[in-house]
Amino acid sequence: MFRIIRKNAISNRDSIIIRATAIILALLVSAVFLAALQLNPALVYQGMLKGAFGSVYSFKETIIRAIPLLITALGISVAFKMQFWNIGGEGQILMGAFLSSFFAFNFPSMPKVPLLTIMMVAGLIGGAIWAFIPAFFKSKWGTNETIVTLMMNYVALKWITYLQNGPWRDKASMGFPQMPLFKENAILPNVLGINIGWIIAILLVIAMYIFMNKTKKGYEIAVLGESEKTANYAGVNIKKTIIIAMLLSGGLCGLAGTIQASAVSYTLSVQVSGGVGYTAIIVAWLGALSAPVILVVSILFAALIEGGSYIQTAFGTPESTALILQSMVLFFVLGSEFFIRYKIVKKSTHSGKEVV
Amino acid sequence: MENKVPYVCMKNIKKIFGKVIANKNVNLTVEGGEVHALLGENGAGKSTLMNMLSGVYSPDFGEVLIHGKQVSFSSPKDAIESRIGMIYQHFKLVENMSAEENIMLGQKHKIFLSSSKVKKRVNEICSKYSLELDLDKKVYDMSVGEKQTLEILKVLYRGADILILDEPTTVFTPQEARKLFQIMNKMKENGCAVIFITHKMEEVMEISDRITVLRKGETVKTLNKIDTNPEELAELMVGHSVDLSIKRGEPKDNKVVLEVKGLTVLNEDNLEALSNINFNLKNGEILGVAGIANSGQRELCEAIAGIYPIKSGEIILEDENIAGKNPRDIIKKGISMSFVPEDRLGMGLVGSMDMVDNLLLKSYHNQDGFFIDKTPAVVKAKEITKKLKIQTPDVFYPIKNLSGGNIQKILLGRELDSNPHVLIMAYPVRGLDINTCYTIYDLMNEQKEKGVGVLFIGEDLDVLIQLCDRIMVMYNGKITGTVDAKNITKEKLGLLMVGKKSESEGKSVV
Amino acid sequence: MESVVSFLAAAIVAGTPLLFATLGEIITERSGNLNLGVEGMMLMGAVIGFLMGLKTGNPVAAMAFAMVAGAFGGGIFAFLTVTLRANQVVSGLTLTIFGTGFSSLIGKSLVGQVTPPGVKSFFATAPIPGLSKIPVLGPILFNHDVFVYFGYVTAVLLGIYLYNTSKGLNLRAIGENPASADAASVNINLYKYAHILLGGALCGLGGAYLSLVYVPSWQDNVTAGRGWIAVALVIFAAWNPYKALIGAYLFGGLDIIGFRLQGSAFQVSQYLIDMLPYLVTIAVLVFVSFKKSKKNAPPKSLGVPYFREDR
Repeated sequence: MFRIIRKNAISNRDSIIIRATAIILALLVSAVFLAALQLNPALVYQGMLKGAFGSVYSFKETIIRAIPLLITALGISVAFKMQFWNIGGEGQILMGAFLSSFFAFNFPSMPKVPLLTIMMVAGLIGGAIWAFIPAFFKSKWGTNETIVTLMMNYVALKWITYLQNGPWRDKASMGFPQMPLFKENAILPNVLGINIGWIIAILLVIAMYIFMNKTKKGYEIAVLGESEKTANYAGVNIKKTIIIAMLLSGGLCGLAGTIQASAVSYTLSVQVSGGVGYTAIIVAWLGALSAPVILVVSILFAALIEGGSYIQTAFGTPESTALILQSMVLFFVLGSEFFIRYKIVKKSTHSGKEVV
Repeated sequence: MENKVPYVCMKNIKKIFGKVIANKNVNLTVEGGEVHALLGENGAGKSTLMNMLSGVYSPDFGEVLIHGKQVSFSSPKDAIESRIGMIYQHFKLVENMSAEENIMLGQKHKIFLSSSKVKKRVNEICSKYSLELDLDKKVYDMSVGEKQTLEILKVLYRGADILILDEPTTVFTPQEARKLFQIMNKMKENGCAVIFITHKMEEVMEISDRITVLRKGETVKTLNKIDTNPEELAELMVGHSVDLSIKRGEPKDNKVVLEVKGLTVLNEDNLEALSNINFNLKNGEILGVAGIANSGQRELCEAIAGIYPIKSGEIILEDENIAGKNPRDIIKKGISMSFVPEDRLGMGLVGSMDMVDNLLLKSYHNQDGFFIDKTPAVVKAKEITKKLKIQTPDVFYPIKNLSGGNIQKILLGRELDSNPHVLIMAYPVRGLDINTCYTIYDLMNEQKEKGVGVLFIGEDLDVLIQLCDRIMVMYNGKITGTVDAKNITKEKLGLLMVGKKSESEGKSVV
Repeated sequence: MESVVSFLAAAIVAGTPLLFATLGEIITERSGNLNLGVEGMMLMGAVIGFLMGLKTGNPVAAMAFAMVAGAFGGGIFAFLTVTLRANQVVSGLTLTIFGTGFSSLIGKSLVGQVTPPGVKSFFATAPIPGLSKIPVLGPILFNHDVFVYFGYVTAVLLGIYLYNTSKGLNLRAIGENPASADAASVNINLYKYAHILLGGALCGLGGAYLSLVYVPSWQDNVTAGRGWIAVALVIFAAWNPYKALIGAYLFGGLDIIGFRLQGSAFQVSQYLIDMLPYLVTIAVLVFVSFKKSKKNAPPKSLGVPYFREDR
């Protein structure tokens, strides 16, 4: 008979080993699954690596994918640190993109630098407003934020769809309804072949690390996340902290939306978010809500997705394969947490052989 | 004494949690028809031992015999089937269900719930053991005494003849404790074995037949009550002779430092948690607050500390009315007040953070700008660790992994460090071992010497009577009496605690 | 009047998949576990149910397989959160991602296919003799396919189970205070597993209704977010199976109202109407939290893993 007891502490080395084992197991199980689809797993994985990092082009594509993921995950991690389950990243991205697109469409002749600056600020504001709404209800009446933020995603999605099919539809395009492309001035420039978002992302990683660990607000968010009673005792203004943290959270997501719309899609559409809002939750969680770790995890996840995209064309595997692989890795890492926190001990019989 | 076969026999029991040896070399025998006290200070391993009897834990070594048969419990279910009934200190009741539903829980019934059968059987038990309880009452409406009666009923309903009571009188008035003892005697008369876990020696001397003393997880000695006395028991509990007396210095001056007038406070359900409270606290005195749980003590502390909304009234501290002000405003006025809350990890400290971050909890906002400079706090942490002898690997270790005593020392260290003029402490010694308790009493006396006004919410009436200068009793959100600690008895306090104002003695000495 | 009656009848049909998913999640949450993988389990049930419907032509087999698929999803969640004590929110979200990928993958070869006639006829409208003739209520409630009737029965059975049986009592106690239930010798883990699996099976069933009967053909992402509305409906129904009936059919109505308003005097964009279910969900949640009564509170241990030897 076995018994489960809590571990007192675990060395960093052990916890890395356990996580690595989890990922390897995930890859093995996925390999079985790929084989069932009549695919050679080794070739598929090789293909994914190639697709993610194999050439300068694919490396750049991976980074481009990582940018919105990273920024959104940073935003989500602020909310999660406060135990505010912001599932609304997707909607906040879209609304940030929406507000900046407003400026892109209506002021095409504005010079590049002011226009882009306004667009990015608009992105921050758009996402922040979208996050403010659930934050307001939570701080006032304790409304369940998980569902409200989620519902807001759908509202945002329908809103963009409405614009895409209605008032903002590109009159010139035949057939499939879409919005017009941004003019040159509304498109973010590249640095080293990748849109400038990567510089913004790195700056944000540093800024968020400092914010969460070295500032008063970051401290207050951590205290509030631990216990509302303690925050109250410490004199923290709880309502204000929830709102500020959520404005920041949504703002970052909105900024990611702006970058995507401006530098990748060159327009506003429902594809701008592309599920990043949900994936970022996983990245934030895997990154233990810590900015530098989130940076690493974002790149790895982007590689997973980019590699998945590559094998789709190379091997004809359906897009959903990447989703399955993602969830496999996640299941195993979730499960591995158990082995990090607890250990299994054999129960002794009365004659007293102890096995610890 | 009836059967020759003891109901309970535990031999050479050992239990380890990680690196901590909770129990070792434990030998315990309990007969039917006796009340057996398990005596030891907080942390001595009494609860762990009884949790092994009740199936929550399993021994790592040793054997357990129930009614002469060897058993190995892997869950509470096994223990219940062996007719062992555990009555926990922290009740295991479902708040929003009725008494009847709580009794029916986990039973092997037919598919549908049958209320009449249950009621009939319960009524039989009640008359046999002289118990009283309204079965349709919801647990959240019950008093502590009623909840305990319910726990006892649950256990008897399942046919238990070995009953274990874990610190049952902690939250009782002396009168309620007496009532419980009557019930225990009834059980003894009916042939049950009653094991009674406690750290209070007076109760042990009153109710038990035999006593087993535990110290640092081991059984030290088993004696008959008639052969022993409190001093010997205390010495066995602690390992050396103990001066059970708490010193009480003379209060310094008579100047009032805190005055509360007409304080009324509403709780979440909009009922009065405090009604028209009036009292004062002087420099250099320790004012104790006694009362059964949920009489408004928590609300009183939090209202004065500025973290609970006030409906009406004044709180005058150092000539400023701070009623309704939040803690930061109070500090801005230059008023120094410290509050050690009852809920250590849930309110006073952040468990996942280290000592340094916890020390910053109330002072970080005093720093200018956006950033927090932690260096002074690191220095302070090391100082406090030395001064209060806190046992921790280092000041950067998450505090939730430390023992209860060390956690409380960190909390106290932080609150005392700000040199307060008023110190509010809610149940500061709850769950702590004797040495730490006396350290804390000494700290309180130190503060008193310095001229600090100390408001001390406590549950141990003996400690309150020994340590405090005056004692204020609360019941149902009101003050039922304020007495001079030198002239009061536990019985009189007990009466005040249930709302009976005494006539002659105990008029306010203000 | 005629169109109102037919609208209400259609609302019941539209609400049926929501009902099953909501009932499933109520059972799961009553055991103290918050499973956000409802959408994933519905999709798994939808694709497997459809696939088996095509393969076997047997409607009952199709539904049975759908339940197994949903339960399988629930099983993954149960293993992670009950045995391995993983974070419930992230586990549920991952299950949704997995279910989406899984159904997309398997459904690839099924896109555009329709329910085979053998199965379709089983789910044809089957008016209940006598009852369906009652004026107004008859056509609304008793003129549907057997699956809808099964929905009524399931809700009532779950209600009776929860409030009138001893096992239901045990379940409710686990949700409120697992330590109490444990001390009363209830096998916590067994109950959690059983109810999470049952909850998953019901979600799978709801998904299969969509693909086999409601649409009825396979489309990628056929649930279109209904799983998430179900999670909200659990709160709306205050974890009560009887109230779930009201909530599910109400939202069924909201689902189809856009379609009904087209061509009427009320000219609003299809897409704005599409927002209604979600906006109403938000409004309902805000209202419920504003009222904040003890009766409507969530199970106290919801989202917290239970560990007996916690020190």
